[in-house]
Amino acid sequence: MSEAEIPLKFVSSNRRVREDRRFVAGQGHYVADVALEGLLHVAVLPSQHPAARIVSIDASEALRMPGVHYVLTGEELAKAAEPLMNGLNTPHVKRYPLAVGQVRYAGEWVVAVVAESRAQAEDGAEKVRVVYEPLPYVIDSEEALDLSSTPVHPAHGSNVLLDRTFVWGEVDKHFAESPRHLSFRVTWGRNSTVPIETFGVAAKWDPWREILDVWASIQMPKYSDQIARALRIPLNNVRVHQDVDVGGSYGVKRGIKQTVIVSHLARRLGRPVRLIEDRLDNMRAGDAHGPDRIFDVEVAFDNDGIVKSMKMRALDNAGAYAGRAPFQLGKPIGAIVGPYKIQSVKYRAISVTSNKAAQEAVRGFGQAPTNYAIETAIDKVAAALGLDRIEIRKRNFIRSEEFPYLIPSGTRYDSGDYHTVVAKVLAHADYEGLKRERDELRAQGLCAGIGIAACLEPSGGNSSFEPLLNDANKTTTWMESCRINVDGLGFVTVTIHTTSSGQGHETLAATVVGEVLEIDPDQIRVVRPDSLNSLPGNSPVGSRMAIMLGGAAFHAAKKLKAKIVRLAAHQFGCVESDIVYQGGATSYPGSSRKLTWAEHVNIAHRNFHLLPDGMEPGLEVTHVLQVPTANKLPENGRVQMYPCHSFEFHLVLVVFDPEIGKPKIRRYVIGHDCGTVINPHIVKGMTLGGIAHGIGASLLEEFVYDSEGQMLTQSFMDYLLPSSHEVPHVEIVHHCTPSPFTVFGQKGSGESGYLGSPAAISGAINDAVSPYGISFAKLPIRIAAISDAIAAAKATKEKVQS
Amino acid sequence: MKISLKVNGQLREADVEPRKTLLDTLREDFLLVGSHAGCEHGVCGACTVLIDGEPSRSCLMFAVQADGYEITTIEGLAPAPGELSVVQDAFCETHGLQCGYCTPGMVLTAHALLEHNDAPSRDDIVEAISGNICRCTGYGQIVEAVEFAADRLRKTNLPRHARSDANNPGKPPFGGNDALGHGVLTAVQPDTPRGGRA
Repeated sequence: MSEAEIPLKFVSSNRRVREDRRFVAGQGHYVADVALEGLLHVAVLPSQHPAARIVSIDASEALRMPGVHYVLTGEELAKAAEPLMNGLNTPHVKRYPLAVGQVRYAGEWVVAVVAESRAQAEDGAEKVRVVYEPLPYVIDSEEALDLSSTPVHPAHGSNVLLDRTFVWGEVDKHFAESPRHLSFRVTWGRNSTVPIETFGVAAKWDPWREILDVWASIQMPKYSDQIARALRIPLNNVRVHQDVDVGGSYGVKRGIKQTVIVSHLARRLGRPVRLIEDRLDNMRAGDAHGPDRIFDVEVAFDNDGIVKSMKMRALDNAGAYAGRAPFQLGKPIGAIVGPYKIQSVKYRAISVTSNKAAQEAVRGFGQAPTNYAIETAIDKVAAALGLDRIEIRKRNFIRSEEFPYLIPSGTRYDSGDYHTVVAKVLAHADYEGLKRERDELRAQGLCAGIGIAACLEPSGGNSSFEPLLNDANKTTTWMESCRINVDGLGFVTVTIHTTSSGQGHETLAATVVGEVLEIDPDQIRVVRPDSLNSLPGNSPVGSRMAIMLGGAAFHAAKKLKAKIVRLAAHQFGCVESDIVYQGGATSYPGSSRKLTWAEHVNIAHRNFHLLPDGMEPGLEVTHVLQVPTANKLPENGRVQMYPCHSFEFHLVLVVFDPEIGKPKIRRYVIGHDCGTVINPHIVKGMTLGGIAHGIGASLLEEFVYDSEGQMLTQSFMDYLLPSSHEVPHVEIVHHCTPSPFTVFGQKGSGESGYLGSPAAISGAINDAVSPYGISFAKLPIRIAAISDAIAAAKATKEKVQS
Repeated sequence: MKISLKVNGQLREADVEPRKTLLDTLREDFLLVGSHAGCEHGVCGACTVLIDGEPSRSCLMFAVQADGYEITTIEGLAPAPGELSVVQDAFCETHGLQCGYCTPGMVLTAHALLEHNDAPSRDDIVEAISGNICRCTGYGQIVEAVEFAADRLRKTNLPRHARSDANNPGKPPFGGNDALGHGVLTAVQPDTPRGGRA
């Protein structure tokens, strides 16, 4: 499909991102900025118990507080709304927006108080009296897996949401054949993307038009479907306004429970209602935590370091409700061998409930933890054989001529040139020099280590993991759409059908349409109609929009161009293939005849008598794009997951004082190949931002629960976000291996950087502490953990010596 | 209680509860919604405004405490509607943002730095913006934006006091003349044959 007819004019050029103008002026339009007449505000009352029966709720005093209008309980809401959607077929793991009868994690919302202002609603919430009867609870993942543990949902019978073992290829045979084996455990701590804007939603019900208007800080596929199902109203009664700017998401802005609460209240009270989480609401009970995962990995390899087979057990703690959390164990199946030629894999995916907050999709949808486990395995194989960690990766990489490459779990990788990317990074960074620098730092008494990660970013998000993990789910499309209209004065308007949270989709669509039509993208208007005026789409998840929105915009523009060409051929009395289209004008070589853009527009809009037979008047086209390569349901536990696979190679030098243990990233180089880049500014920003997020995940960020089920990291004083001091200058080495499956050869980059940086930083720290004979097997690796472990190792050594 | 605050050079009056923060007052009473609530406990910096020119957390200050100070919000930085300051334009040039939520605070912080320091080093910039958390960019393009703005401000002929109002001296912020189909979008005249052309 790749078009190489003319050199690209706008695609891949360093053009400004059009969205930036409004944001630097403070003129973004976020959900908290939506002004609604008569707006009421919600505050929620959290449970202080990790598990308890709700004995009684007394709201009488709250209702007497100034400005308070209403107190909503879970009981009332459960009568008015369906339980929220589960990804798996787990009907007895019911989730309601407010707790019904029982609370299942500390912080879970029990009642919603509605008042004239948020402050008054909070005052009211303080006066609601809830009597609880504490119940047993379970926090630890392994404990939850034990069938004797207290089930979070007694009706479900156990805490196991998913326990599925896949065997792809001859694992037992390969293990038996291999002379070397090793096994280990690593743990990925529960963190999240924690956007600076919390989740917020406002809703208004018009009983005369029977329309529910919703404004939300949302990034979720099929949001309006879920609202309609939950409220039992027709989907065409729900109008989600997609022109709301979203203040960061990176996966987690999926506030369906918040939306159901305000939507119900708006209908119940006849006034618009808004819920904007405060930071504590968001951190503790926004249901936006990420994967919380223990990996047990075993690999079989030979004396040259060739890894032949892998067994991986991934135990994920989903928290109190199911949602889509278990699917985050499914998506990594599409890149379960990473960039390596591992011939067979046994993968056991387990998801358990616990009395922690519910998990939601986080950047990479489970891939970053999996990459951390795979990369740790490769480092350990290198250590076992005394081989260089880069050399061993090169020996195991899929070679560029082997693409498209079918991995054991059924996905065909589109393209890549891993060896070249690594070579470019090593040349850029002077790897030998970097090793000398590390050794010199060590000679000064410092801890210094080099970290390496080579990994994939599956992109173009479809949802093949849904039918793979849930037999009742037959989804094989995850389409995206674009519409182009050329108005009667010749101006071009493109519609995109989603909210955005900083990914620059307006720039993307305008660039692609401008490229195909050969017109200035800055002259193209891009709008976001509400959901009732939208074509089918699945929102910006799974690093998909460059591929899917870019693809839909490309095909729509091609259709528009084809219509113009046909219209022109009719005027010239020639065949369409004779027409030359250039810069919006058409000509017929061999004659002096030419039609300008304005003339095409005029004929299409005003001269029906000049149109070819059967052509509709006007210049309007739509395109609904199916995900490339997605064409069938899973077979025998194998499926084509995402269509495209970006590659990243991280090389990091970390240094720290052994007494203090505060890691400083002295050098950070990343080689990045996401095929053809549509906007270099955007891809660069995604990559740098992803690395920063990975620095948080590997060194700082964790939602820590104590043994009593309380979340300890409830503010930004405890849950630490990387600041400009923690994030180093990052050097990006570019490479471009176009994807054969996309219109310009583009791949995704929305998760780039994040998918490998935790593995690389972990590797660097473990290299730095290796002289002490210790290593860290759990992320985040905090300052205190480093200095304590080194102190303990020194003490042991001294004891042995004495 | 009644307060009158000097915001972006104008005296604004409101009747607020003593417990109301400056942030909520700016947003709700003065409809200056460019200042954002992020953490509301003084860590993230999304609510940053300038108070007598210094970056300050409007979420940690009550509106009643702001009486008598010069308050500058992001709305006070653009020289005219649709026109960007040098610092704002620099953020667009390097794409020093993504979702835009931390951006007003970041731009104001950068503006304040450059008011004090004509030629900030990378470390100066990192230090200055370290109280503003950005989850999108990893700060790289923000640092580049501030460096770029500093360079342009140094090269302008305007005296410092006039620079805040200095319009973008470089290339036009939007568009440019690089379109292949230059001129194709000239409006056609409706209802005339061939769009009014020959």
